[in-house]
Amino acid sequence: MQHGKYRFILGFLAIPLALYAVFVIWPFVQSIYYSFTDWTGLSPDFQMVGFDNYTKMFEDDIFWKSLWHSVLLALLLPLVTLGLALFFAFMINVGGRRRRGAAIQGVRGSGFYKIAYFVPQVLSIAIVAILFQFAFDPAQGMINGLLRSAGVEGDSLPNWLGDPQLALWCIVAVLVWCTVGFFVVLFSAGMASIPRDFYEAALLDGASRITTFFRITLPLLWDTVQSGWVYMGILALGAEAFAVVHIMSVGPGGPDYATTVLPLYVYQAAFRDGQAAYATTIGVALLVVTLAFAAVVMRVGRRERLEF
Amino acid sequence: MKTTDTPPAGLGKTGLPAQRTTGVPGGAAKAKESKSEGTVLNVFSHGMLILWAFMVVLPLVWAVMTSFKTDADIFNSPWALPDTLHFENWSRAWSQAHMSDYFLNTIVVVGGSLAGTLLFGSMAAYVLARFDFPGNRFIYYLFVGGMSFPVMLALVPLFYVLDNTGLLNTIHGLILVYIAYSLPFTVFFLTAFFRTLPTSIAEAAMIDGASHTRTFFQVMLPMAKPGLISVGIFNFLGQWNQYMLPTVLNTDPDKRVLSQGLVELATSQGYKGDWSGLFAGLVMAMLPVLAAYIVFQRQVVAGLTAGALK
Repeated sequence: MQHGKYRFILGFLAIPLALYAVFVIWPFVQSIYYSFTDWTGLSPDFQMVGFDNYTKMFEDDIFWKSLWHSVLLALLLPLVTLGLALFFAFMINVGGRRRRGAAIQGVRGSGFYKIAYFVPQVLSIAIVAILFQFAFDPAQGMINGLLRSAGVEGDSLPNWLGDPQLALWCIVAVLVWCTVGFFVVLFSAGMASIPRDFYEAALLDGASRITTFFRITLPLLWDTVQSGWVYMGILALGAEAFAVVHIMSVGPGGPDYATTVLPLYVYQAAFRDGQAAYATTIGVALLVVTLAFAAVVMRVGRRERLEF
Repeated sequence: MKTTDTPPAGLGKTGLPAQRTTGVPGGAAKAKESKSEGTVLNVFSHGMLILWAFMVVLPLVWAVMTSFKTDADIFNSPWALPDTLHFENWSRAWSQAHMSDYFLNTIVVVGGSLAGTLLFGSMAAYVLARFDFPGNRFIYYLFVGGMSFPVMLALVPLFYVLDNTGLLNTIHGLILVYIAYSLPFTVFFLTAFFRTLPTSIAEAAMIDGASHTRTFFQVMLPMAKPGLISVGIFNFLGQWNQYMLPTVLNTDPDKRVLSQGLVELATSQGYKGDWSGLFAGLVMAMLPVLAAYIVFQRQVVAGLTAGALK
């Protein structure tokens, strides 16, 4: 077994590790280094400037706005998405009216719901964002079209993405629309593995469906909910939020910076404003927020693991 | 589990029957109450389920309808059915709006990077799962840690790394980047999968004189097929739908992938008012993935949820 073992290990790891080191690890390390320089990205010359970029960042209003929106998304999105998904999954799997033969079952048409809800998950985030950008169009969009046929007229029709008060909520709505179906299916799989006797015992004791949900389903599903929480937070701070804001919002990031988020601000600082070093500084802030979020969720969410 | 109405312990034997007789009518009333409450809950929750199904399907139906209408129809009545099916929108999007080129670029990029991801990912995962050597854990956590880092942070320096090496705005450069950024999840998933496979078959192959390399390609890879399919579907969708990486690293108009091309189309057509062409493009881009999802529904769902359940 030992013959040529290390040569084999080296041969198999060399290419994947080299790719990963050159395109992922090395840029990460570099970006932290660059955040202490005055590099513009346009010329190869730069100097060390210590913490200047960080002081600049702390005095930058747009940075604080982006940070606030990103934190808001990271807190709100998991709450809304996982809440809705838990409700739907519970109804689909356990919430059905009691019929003959089986004490516990899902509502009628549960298979159809699962297929339909999952559809947004396979669509490209870019396509979804374009679709909703046009759906939110105040004049010809689908949503105001519906409102108009419901009798809302003229000035009372919302301007959606053009309204600083509403724009961020439109972004949240689209991200929720994309992600709920995935968690409905994920939680359904988790609920299917909870033994039926638990529910039957609870029913015999006269527990209502709400009690059943909070006392049986949620505790036994907690691990899945927790990893879903981390996943949603990373999504809200990462590529998906970037894509939706970059494509949908006016500007992008507007109106009046009402929807700008940290990844978008990194992108704009680096590739629009020619401030590559400053962009990496904001990126480091984004890294700190992401790691802090994951750490908090893991700590707060820790519970005794239930075996069944 | 706590029972609801346990009588307090220590009651005298005479107390029990009396309690039971008074308890029955009260219990019946309670049951009736909860039944009507159940009906309200039922109507509410069914309503919510149907409402959400509508909210998911409606935008897609609207997109398909819009792609067959003339622009005048779209602007006058967003919800009216098309008078006739205007297929010229589709041909206009396919040829004039370069959808055909975007499709071709996407197929090349995703094909190349999917093959590379599966090959390199399974090679690294196999070694990490099956061999003890110094640094094994370190390399594993190096890969897995990449899943939670914000990619945007690395993209700023990466842009200039690619620029200096001549890989910026090239198809093969994009393929290499896709592979590198798909490795963390792929390695994480396949390492766990290779650990579950029995060791005896590989040992038998070794005793018969197969080399490590041959054992991997002819014995272990075929055994790992279910895992490869799951992680392959996951990566296919992720790479097909990728938006952030090409937006930053692939700015040459001739090499745009589908998602970039559509965004470009949306920005330019939005001003020109050619909604019908844009929506034809959108529906065109949605169709292959949707069709694949409907056909391979079970595998797609398993592939996408497998990672999160681990």
